[in-house]
Amino acid sequence: MKNKDRISLRSQRTLKQKTMIYLVVMSLTFLYAFSLWSQDFSIASSQSSPGTILYRLFVVPLIDPTYWPSFVERGWQMIETIAIAYAGGIAASLFALPVAILAARNSGGRASYLGKLFLNAIRSIPELLFGVFFVAAVGPGSFAGVLAISVNSIGMIGKLYSESIESIDQAPIAAIKASGGNDLQAFWYGILPQILPQFLSISLFRFEIDVRASTILGLVGAGGIGVPLILSQQQRHWEEVGVILIIVIVFVVIIDKISGKIRSNLV
Amino acid sequence: MKRKKTSSSKVRLFKPSFYIKLIGVSAGVLVLYYLAIRQTNASLARMLSAFPIFFRMLIEDFFPPDFGYFPTVVNQLIETFNIALISTTLAAVLAFPLLFFSSSTLNRHPLSYGGMRVVLTIVRSIPNIIMVVLMVAVVGLGSVSGILALMIYSAAILIKLTSESVESIDERPIQAIKAMGGNTPQVIRYGVLPQITPIYLSHILYVLEINLKASVVLGFVGAGGIGQLIRRQMSLFRYDRLGLIIFVLFLAISVIDYISQTVRSRLA
Repeated sequence: MKNKDRISLRSQRTLKQKTMIYLVVMSLTFLYAFSLWSQDFSIASSQSSPGTILYRLFVVPLIDPTYWPSFVERGWQMIETIAIAYAGGIAASLFALPVAILAARNSGGRASYLGKLFLNAIRSIPELLFGVFFVAAVGPGSFAGVLAISVNSIGMIGKLYSESIESIDQAPIAAIKASGGNDLQAFWYGILPQILPQFLSISLFRFEIDVRASTILGLVGAGGIGVPLILSQQQRHWEEVGVILIIVIVFVVIIDKISGKIRSNLV
Repeated sequence: MKRKKTSSSKVRLFKPSFYIKLIGVSAGVLVLYYLAIRQTNASLARMLSAFPIFFRMLIEDFFPPDFGYFPTVVNQLIETFNIALISTTLAAVLAFPLLFFSSSTLNRHPLSYGGMRVVLTIVRSIPNIIMVVLMVAVVGLGSVSGILALMIYSAAILIKLTSESVESIDERPIQAIKAMGGNTPQVIRYGVLPQITPIYLSHILYVLEINLKASVVLGFVGAGGIGQLIRRQMSLFRYDRLGLIIFVLFLAISVIDYISQTVRSRLA
């Protein structure tokens, strides 16, 4: 077959596109070269082999009865973690409501830009930094954790709430008003049925994320199961770390399953 | 003429069962909230009353930041960015072939498809700190453990996000290529890739944003990055330095989020 017979499936690139591609490729090369050059890849591994550590993490706690009582104790700490996520999530859902109304284009009007900016700013701060701040302000403990979760969750809940407010269908409201309904009736029968399932589903989704986040918050002393996790990890007490890992994985997978079921029923 | 009002002419917009459900759900939510508050001692009133403390804290302790500490922070920030960049890149490479196994349009083998799905769901639901602790335990202290942990986690996110896009692609080019006698690699190259590449790139950038935020955690358990500075300064109660770290980190993340979102909005 001659070369001429081949069909080119892509369109010809213009000079501008070619320059653009070269620029992108060059800057990416530079970025990666710099990052590989500046990064220190050394590892300080322990004397024991990975196999031994994995055995101590996941097998010993299950077969050695001396570690069984600590499953109960860590289970309660996991429940505290879940309580932090829940209390923080409920508070965040309440705090997010006015912000979302402000940020939605149809209800906030010109100020919606302000609300969106505020929500974006919160979302670009990692939850751990909120943890650092609130532990510094009110001392270590689960109260700091609830505060961190609630403020951190406003960003995402507020954004999703405002999007669902923006997508409200005006037709039922107009119909209720046309048949003589007042504002309260228009809200109760026209708006609420549209947004309530979505709001519940959003808050539940965020709760799943918050359970993970409040596990992490323990690292800075904000209560829950993260606190014993980092302590046992520092002491290289792998059996205890293993108990915590197993507890967290089991609880989180179960919560995700239940919450996912409820959410698929809601919407 | 005045319309006569009788109870029978009243229109019921909601069924009675709706109200029962509404009350039941609200009661359940409130009972759980009461239990959670008892456990954490964090009532709404206590939360609101704590706000003056935060402002005093911000003004007196975090402000003014210790700018002399800036070079150290930037050094660690570069490491944090490196970890995020390298782990995202490795995840993108790792996720790409797996993508085709985990989308039902291309992989019609129920066992491998279902297996992929289950593994992905479990990996994504595990908090990333668990993965990091596991990696530090098995691999050792250092940024490599952090990179590996974030890589696994972000590969799972990438596959999940993109396989949904793969499932919703336009099937007609694929059928056309098949009709002209194209084999599977050709179908992927000319039928699938042109459709999913922009989406995939956009998801990679999104995962980079997530990883940058997640990599703050790594330093706390000895997996490199800016977390180790936060931990040290926290235990020394140097809030002026913590203020600087938080400020610099917020700035860096905002800039990268902005760049990434601009590129993503042009891609998709």
